[in-house]
Amino acid sequence: MTGAEAKRFLSSSALGLVGCSACGELNRALECECSCWCCGAPLQRRKHESLSRSWAYLLAATIMYVPANLYPVLQSRTVAGEESHTILGGVVALWRGGSWPLALLVFFASIVVPLLKLLAMTLLLVSVHVRSSWRLHERARLFRLLEFVGRWSMLDIFVVAILVALVRLRSLATMDAGPGALAFAAVVVLSMLAAQSFDVRLIWDVAGRNEHT
Amino acid sequence: MNTPDPQAVASVPEAVARRGRVRLPLVWIVPALAALIGGWIAVHAVLERGPSVRIRFQTAEGLEPGKTVIRFRSVEVGQVRTIELATDHRTVLVTAEMVKDARSLLSEDTRFWVVRPRIAAGGVSGLGTLISGSFIGMDLGKSRRTAREFQGLEVPPVVTGDLPGRDFVLHGGTLGSIEVGSPVYFRHVPVGRVTEFRLDADGQGITVGVFIESPYDHFVVRDSRFWHASGVDVSVGADGVRVNTESVAAILVGGIAFETPEPSQEAPAAAAGTQYHLAPSRVAAMKSPNETPDLYVLYFKNSLHGLAVGAPVDFNGVEVGEVRSTKIEYDPANVIFRFPVEIAVYPQRVRARYRQESPRPDTDVTGTYRFVERLIEHGFRAQLRTGSLLTGQQYVALDFFPRAPRARSDPTAVPMMLPTVPGGLDDLQASLADILRKIDAMPLQRLGSDADAALVSLREALDTAKQLADQIERDVTPEARTTLVEARRTLSAVNETLASDAPLEQDLRQSLKQLTRAAEALRSLADYLERHPEALLRGKARDGS
Repeated sequence: MTGAEAKRFLSSSALGLVGCSACGELNRALECECSCWCCGAPLQRRKHESLSRSWAYLLAATIMYVPANLYPVLQSRTVAGEESHTILGGVVALWRGGSWPLALLVFFASIVVPLLKLLAMTLLLVSVHVRSSWRLHERARLFRLLEFVGRWSMLDIFVVAILVALVRLRSLATMDAGPGALAFAAVVVLSMLAAQSFDVRLIWDVAGRNEHT
Repeated sequence: MNTPDPQAVASVPEAVARRGRVRLPLVWIVPALAALIGGWIAVHAVLERGPSVRIRFQTAEGLEPGKTVIRFRSVEVGQVRTIELATDHRTVLVTAEMVKDARSLLSEDTRFWVVRPRIAAGGVSGLGTLISGSFIGMDLGKSRRTAREFQGLEVPPVVTGDLPGRDFVLHGGTLGSIEVGSPVYFRHVPVGRVTEFRLDADGQGITVGVFIESPYDHFVVRDSRFWHASGVDVSVGADGVRVNTESVAAILVGGIAFETPEPSQEAPAAAAGTQYHLAPSRVAAMKSPNETPDLYVLYFKNSLHGLAVGAPVDFNGVEVGEVRSTKIEYDPANVIFRFPVEIAVYPQRVRARYRQESPRPDTDVTGTYRFVERLIEHGFRAQLRTGSLLTGQQYVALDFFPRAPRARSDPTAVPMMLPTVPGGLDDLQASLADILRKIDAMPLQRLGSDADAALVSLREALDTAKQLADQIERDVTPEARTTLVEARRTLSAVNETLASDAPLEQDLRQSLKQLTRAAEALRSLADYLERHPEALLRGKARDGS
């Protein structure tokens, strides 16, 4: 804690003030079981149950990550037979087919990124729990990246949805979304929720940078 | 504004206390739900996971792990997971995961085979797999015991397990042109198929499995006969050339036919798995009953050359058995060789023709032998006959020879000895030999010398005759010549005398004329006298009437 980083900030909580998350009105509230005097919304000095929710969503997302990768996301039924494709299977097929840029893209977008998201979220949560003050700025940046990237993972789901809707050649070929697609969508949504539930200010709180503590 | 004013802060209203704080964070429902779903998926996967089976094939041609499916009645019941070589590198092990419900399908004798496009003489199959790729076909077994390891078939089974009908086993000498899938005919109606064939372990024959479909399977009774219906059966008989075939398909792919010689309504259908003999032809099938034959031994005096094992034994032209063996017996007591011919007579054929007349006293072989003993008393004999003069093939004929010398046989001996008579050509041979022997016995030497003597005396006689002739010539001829000359002279004189212009002739002619005139005169006189008899008295009237 040297130099600029050691600089202490004066937070609203240090003054016993809480900003309403709905209308932005300041409330004076030392104990936080309150509603906004202006709009009646529950007042939260920090996001309510942030860690707990974040953990819950993260856990759920992690659980769903398993079937998302094990189950086929796409089932195609053609005259040549029925085939189901898992994400990894698709990557392997693309790689074998020689189009490895595409394979790499799918691999990173659909397998690595969600996994990294889960890991990053875990890292953030754990660091808050252990009240770490390690690389506060990087962690904050990581969180913002996390929030930004989150929605792009839904791309896979859109592709599947479009394919299913478009490829309807009756007996010749049909495509259906597999159970893996649902699980994958759940992973994306739940990890987004986990990120949303996480209150990034906690990083600073637990590091003892805010005066309240 | 930058520095907080304690007054302003104090003027901020107090927050309102919340009531009824929720202690349990509702958000934990989400991971609980996720865990539930995940758990359910896992449990479902485990529960839905069907049994995995291992099938051994000769080749993995057309099979792809993760793609090839197993179908039962065209319903997908499993999928090939891995394909690997067996440790001995001779076969291919295909591991497939079946669906959960397939557990009950996997009995011990469930069969698997790869459905590929196939073109055989019997037809074309599996054309659909040209587009969709091969799949593994499956046929339900009947056994109640389950299994997980199977031996895959290389060719699709001809008959699926649920087809009603019965299997039968045929034993034959050769396979002919039969193959798996060849039809089985009953009165030219295709009623079943050949399901399998294999060489017997000892290599002495073949075993053919046939399947007769219901409702035709009850036509197979204990007495049914099976024969090769492959190809064309051409026979030349008294009624011309007959060409017999079951069907055009049978010419190409071979086939088996069966029939019951004496069908009756009450004959119970044969049980599945009943064994039958597969005869080479219908004729052979109809004469080969399944029961044990009665054995007889025959001693022929003449050569057995041309008598082959299997040669027919016929009774008045009806085949009743066959030659089983020909052997050599040495009788040390009399120092002679004997050649026993063992024949097998199928009593069923005899019995069938004999049933109507009188009931058989016994059915066992001693009864038959006693019966034969009575027949022998009436001249029942075996005889060796030549079937074909061209090939010299011989056969044994049974017949009655009332004039045959009396013979006896012991009916208690097994096999019973049947007396024989020399037959046909042998008879002729024997007679010829007899004649030759008689000729041989004639005193030709003496006859020759007698003839010689006779010839000598004949020559003497001839010599005498010649001397006589010479003498005659010498003594008589000159005189005879003079005599003849004189005779000729006499004759010419006579000739001259009698010539037409000879004076004698002239005179004779005139005399004859005068005589004719005289005769005419005499006739006119006679006429006159007839008319005028009084002229004899009065003389001739002057002026006529």
